[in-house]
Amino acid sequence: MSDLNLKHIARLARLHFKEDELKVFEAQVAGILKLVDELKEVNVDGVEPTSHPLDIKNVFREDEVKPSLPIEEFLKQSPRSRGRFFEVPKVIEDK
Amino acid sequence: MNFAEKTINALADLYQKNSCTQKEVLESLATAVKSKDRDSRQIHAYIAPETAQPRHRKADKSSKLWGIPIAVKDNICVEREEITCASKILKGFISPYNATVIDKLLDAGAVIYGRTNMDEFAFGSSCETSTYGPTRNPRDPECVPGGSSGGSAASVADHTAVASLGSDTGGSIRQPAAFCGVVGMKPTYGRVSRYGLIAFASSLDQIGPITKDVRDSASLLSVIAGYDPKDSTSADIPVPDYTALLGKSIKGFKIGIPKEYVEGIDNPELRKKLVEEPKKIFESLGASVETVSLPHTRYAVSVYYIVAPSEASSNLERFDGVRFGYREAGASTLLDLYEKSRGTGFGAEAKRRIILGTYSLSSGYYDAYYLKAMKVRTKIKQDFDQAFKKVDLLLTPTAPGGAFKLGEKSKNPLEMYLSDIYTISANLAGVPALSIPGGLIGEKKMPLGLQLVGKPFDEATLYQAAYAFEQATDFHRQLGNVK
Repeated sequence: MSDLNLKHIARLARLHFKEDELKVFEAQVAGILKLVDELKEVNVDGVEPTSHPLDIKNVFREDEVKPSLPIEEFLKQSPRSRGRFFEVPKVIEDK
Repeated sequence: MNFAEKTINALADLYQKNSCTQKEVLESLATAVKSKDRDSRQIHAYIAPETAQPRHRKADKSSKLWGIPIAVKDNICVEREEITCASKILKGFISPYNATVIDKLLDAGAVIYGRTNMDEFAFGSSCETSTYGPTRNPRDPECVPGGSSGGSAASVADHTAVASLGSDTGGSIRQPAAFCGVVGMKPTYGRVSRYGLIAFASSLDQIGPITKDVRDSASLLSVIAGYDPKDSTSADIPVPDYTALLGKSIKGFKIGIPKEYVEGIDNPELRKKLVEEPKKIFESLGASVETVSLPHTRYAVSVYYIVAPSEASSNLERFDGVRFGYREAGASTLLDLYEKSRGTGFGAEAKRRIILGTYSLSSGYYDAYYLKAMKVRTKIKQDFDQAFKKVDLLLTPTAPGGAFKLGEKSKNPLEMYLSDIYTISANLAGVPALSIPGGLIGEKKMPLGLQLVGKPFDEATLYQAAYAFEQATDFHRQLGNVK
């Protein structure tokens, strides 16, 4: 995989890497991709993909209101919350 | 007296005869865990053993698992208990609810005791990638216990647990069971609810039991299996009593040995112990053993290392430092917060898998990698369908050998991935597979695992065959699992 642009993939995956870490990864990931390239030799003309081992269908249920866990239970898990909200750095620009 | 040396069924007998109380059992278990898990051997099967607290629910004494303590892998949610997938990114997370398997165990009278160590997010085959440090193999502390459910297998082998739950995405129950010389079952996909199991690869993951013998495995699966409205991928198929066929003759069983699994085993001793001797034993029990072919076996590792990381990269998106888990301080923008929290919170193997998965799913590569892998997955599944037209079950080694040394493969991810070559296909095809002690090797008499693979939802046949083998060989006694 000569065109492996790990920086771009890391951005897509929202993962920060240190430069030296990136180099080690590049070699390792390229090695793994080289192995999986063997799949090219398998003829799969007319073969349906298997995304799931069982023959499953969409499952519907009644849209009923049922008791759920209180919001506070979940807010307690957050590294930062305020009131009924999770707190994050500002995402809307000032006008 | 350490009651953790007992099997589930032996302990149930003692309760029935009023030979011990639940209090005595739990006290002796706590003593065993606290004295043995951190002794000079540094087994570390448990995460934070000093804080372990038994969890009960009121149940009738006639309940199937009344008073039986079960240890649980650190990726299965127990209400009010910390659960971290052995990752820094989830440290401090307290589960607000029980996984369905936990509710089922509590309803059956079982006692949940102790969180077992694992590879981070179940990414690994050696239990060395845990943020808490490695677990060691009680049979030889120089060796890994296997992974990712290394703590679950080591605790049962070391008699610091009666039985445990693990999870298996590519061999994570069976390979550690093989390395530690215990019994590990990966049920059919959909047999056990995944609700409350922190997802790794949703089309492959299954929860299953790790136990000292085959009967215990059957008893435990009978309780945890079944349809769950909270997991729409669980199968609405009745659960049989898996202990019902134990002890019944296997005369006339047709067993297939896939040639692709065994033709590469060059070491004569391994060949003898993993192929020839088991074949003879099954034949002496009245089964016929023939060679079958699963022609796409050689592609299983490649398919797996596209499919599993792809699903994992998607499942692990939720760990973003906002709603739970670890957040890196000092991020100035939301993007920065995501990238830094994830960059610091995930360990190296988790990052490697996320990168691999993101790459396989990314624009321009999806067809060549992910779609192609899903098509080859179909071919692998068809191989099993064909084989099961001829035979009732398949017999293979669980792993290419016994447990390897700590550090032996951790530098080379590819070599580590290849230690799962015999177990991965069962997850891709969704079929059930059971690992049992199949022999002992070397001066230290390290255990070797034998794998039995069955038709979908035919766990009962696997147990029947495994029980017959166990009774005929008694490796479980030689290993001291049953005293």
